[in-house]
Amino acid sequence: MMLAGFLQRAIMQGIPLLYGSTGEILTEKSGHLNLGIPGIMYMGGIGGVIGAFLYEQNAAALNPVLAVLIPLVCSMLGSLLMGLIYCFLTVTLRANQNVTGLALTTFGVGFGNFFGGSLAKLTGSDIPSINLTATSSYFRTSLPFANDLGWFGQIFLSHSFLAYAAVIIALASSFILSHTRVGLHLRAVGENPATADAAGINVGKYKYFATCIGSVIAGLGGLYYVMDYANGVWSNDGFGDRGWLAIALVIFAVWRPNISILGSILFGGLYIVHNYIRDLDVSGQELFKMLPYVVTILFLIVISIRSKREAQPPSHLGLPYFREER
Amino acid sequence: MDEAKQSAPVQKEDVPAIRLAHITKRFGSVVANDDVSLSVRHGEILSVLGENGSGKTTLMNIIAGIYYPDHGQVFVDGKEVVIRSPKDAFRYQIGMVHQHFKLVDVFSATENIVLGLEDEGRFSLRKAAKRVREISEQYGFDLDPDKKIYEMSVSEKQTVEIIKVLYRGADILILDEPTAVLTPQETEKLFTILRRMRDSGKAIIIITHKLHEVLSLSDEVAVLCKGKYVGTVQTAETNESALTEMMVGKKVTLDIDRSEPKDPVDRLTVEDITCRNREGTELLRHVSFTARSGEILGIAGIAGSGQRELLEAIAGLQHVNGKILYHNPKTGQVDDLRDKSPLEIRELGVRLSFVPEDRLGMGLVGNMDIVDNIMLRSYKKGKSVFLERKNPRSLAEKIIKDLEVATPSANTPVRRLSGGNVQKVLVGREIAASPTVLMAAYPVRGLDINASFTIYNLLNQQKENGVAVIFVGEDLDVLLALCDRIMVISSGSISGIVDARTATKEEVGLLMTKNSADAYAHTAAEGGDA
Repeated sequence: MMLAGFLQRAIMQGIPLLYGSTGEILTEKSGHLNLGIPGIMYMGGIGGVIGAFLYEQNAAALNPVLAVLIPLVCSMLGSLLMGLIYCFLTVTLRANQNVTGLALTTFGVGFGNFFGGSLAKLTGSDIPSINLTATSSYFRTSLPFANDLGWFGQIFLSHSFLAYAAVIIALASSFILSHTRVGLHLRAVGENPATADAAGINVGKYKYFATCIGSVIAGLGGLYYVMDYANGVWSNDGFGDRGWLAIALVIFAVWRPNISILGSILFGGLYIVHNYIRDLDVSGQELFKMLPYVVTILFLIVISIRSKREAQPPSHLGLPYFREER
Repeated sequence: MDEAKQSAPVQKEDVPAIRLAHITKRFGSVVANDDVSLSVRHGEILSVLGENGSGKTTLMNIIAGIYYPDHGQVFVDGKEVVIRSPKDAFRYQIGMVHQHFKLVDVFSATENIVLGLEDEGRFSLRKAAKRVREISEQYGFDLDPDKKIYEMSVSEKQTVEIIKVLYRGADILILDEPTAVLTPQETEKLFTILRRMRDSGKAIIIITHKLHEVLSLSDEVAVLCKGKYVGTVQTAETNESALTEMMVGKKVTLDIDRSEPKDPVDRLTVEDITCRNREGTELLRHVSFTARSGEILGIAGIAGSGQRELLEAIAGLQHVNGKILYHNPKTGQVDDLRDKSPLEIRELGVRLSFVPEDRLGMGLVGNMDIVDNIMLRSYKKGKSVFLERKNPRSLAEKIIKDLEVATPSANTPVRRLSGGNVQKVLVGREIAASPTVLMAAYPVRGLDINASFTIYNLLNQQKENGVAVIFVGEDLDVLLALCDRIMVISSGSISGIVDARTATKEEVGLLMTKNSADAYAHTAAEGGDA
């Protein structure tokens, strides 16, 4: 049963990555490389924490629906705000995307840690960590019969609604990208905005929507991490480098959210595999934590050598779009 | 089922499908179209003929909704319309195939064709592909709807563009130089299809500057010259020389000094060079000529006929087959430049002052000041590890003084200077290296009259110093007034070399628009004589 336990943890570890990479894929398909994803996921996490904290502090008894809905909405608002800032700077003002993204990551992480510490102070605790077990328990509600179904139930049915939502969002994104008019237009915007513009597609609108929706999806990954994976315990810097891993996963998934589902489980597994290997010292653990990045680099080498056009990033990725004027 | 419709051309009581009346369009102080009127009926092909910069494309862009005219009216089927965007144009069933394709590389043909369409009903690529196939069959195109653009040849990409406008139900088709990128066989195929479209009642406007195409394809020809509308003639009632005369306009006498060449000797002999692009299309075909010292050799031709490749080949920037022989005046040796690096070639005294459309692209670095830009040529001369700035600075100051460059100081970044001054810096730097061969491509493009004359004088000075000057120009009046000989290049082949003192504008114009097959035969014959 150790394998089933490992896979269950790998999936839980992978879900934030799946959210992050789905969000980033949608963003990149519009031609924007959003390196602010780690910060946005922090924002999604702390947004949920703030909402849940205030509700827990002010409500006499928790209403299960509100206990889920309030953090969810707060989380989405937080990451939407980040997405809007990014869009305003890179789409409207045409600022450098890399610089803007990195600034947002720094900002998001700092914002998360600052409010995480402040909330902890309000509770009178010495350590910068907040315990939201009550809210978390509502988030972690899973199918009641999951544990009766042995390993199958443990691996596939024991998860919370946010985990299944991640998979559904990823599949839906894949479908939209490849089978709908909106998806076709969005891909055209990321590949060749001048052509899309000439075809009468509102390039700016597509960029704004893709980036903001992508940000909100990525932010949910932060929320899932706090509420489900960490059992409602926010600790500063607890989210770690998962945001960067999500961006690496985008490359691994060759910009396809459906591949990202399997990729996220693989990355999740590689991320925690050191816990399942006996007698590893601290340095050994760190080496194992490196694995997802090593896999990404190897994968990059492979797709670069094969140089298949479909496996390349959108060709206008990272470049600002100026309408040709005479 | 469509047969009946096709065989009976739709004649809507002889009302023109589209009519332009007194269209004027200015860009700043430049008048691109000056009071142009023309019309085309259903079931008719109209050629719009004119040299580069005669305003053909601007005019068509007005119909397609990309530009909005300053004055004048547009009528579609007799009713006045206002076309403010490409979408408006589509509403009036006007479709334009641009010279530069607007396609997404990683998309299939069908995906590109339906891009931007907001059709009713469910989105289905399969249904769209079926319609693409139907349109292909109807007009005889050869296209796989599922093929990706990046796997396609240029002619296939053009097919996608044409089907794109047909798919949107275009009734009036505008094609901007569709044959510029095609081989003769592909061109013939395209013309067959265009004739079929005409017979099914579509109104077609084709922009071109190739006379034989105009004569073989169109029903009427409208001629533009320097933005002005010269007139419309029935193709059946005209011929090449009449059209050339309309196209090049009256000769304008320019007051450029021209001295007789002083004891010219062969300096650069180009023998049978051929150059291909990555797709294998020949950009230069068996080009042979000689540039002599103390002489200005002009190169005339429609833009993109291979001028750039020719100069780059001599400068060592372009790989070619054939021989480029340089007669070294100092040592008397003859070197083949073909296998030499640009640096070795420059050290022999061959100088390229190349002015592409983007002036700062190849010649100068925009963000660096004049001194630094001059050092780009001399940075290797210093003896110590540190840069030696004293000589470049005095040279910069000399150029500024001698050529009257309007600049606050020698330390001003060149991108802040006006076009003419940038050009003076570039030419000044190249001349300062006392070249033996000086190549200037479009050195006066975008310059005002005074700046142009400064450049002409500089070139004349170099000529008098015994330099072999190669001057690529676009204004025939200038070429005829400045050069000693004019070599005309057409579709990568030399279509003739004329004496600039005796040649007429029409003569050069005819050579420029010569059919590539003729031009090739001519070059081959020349080669045989030599």
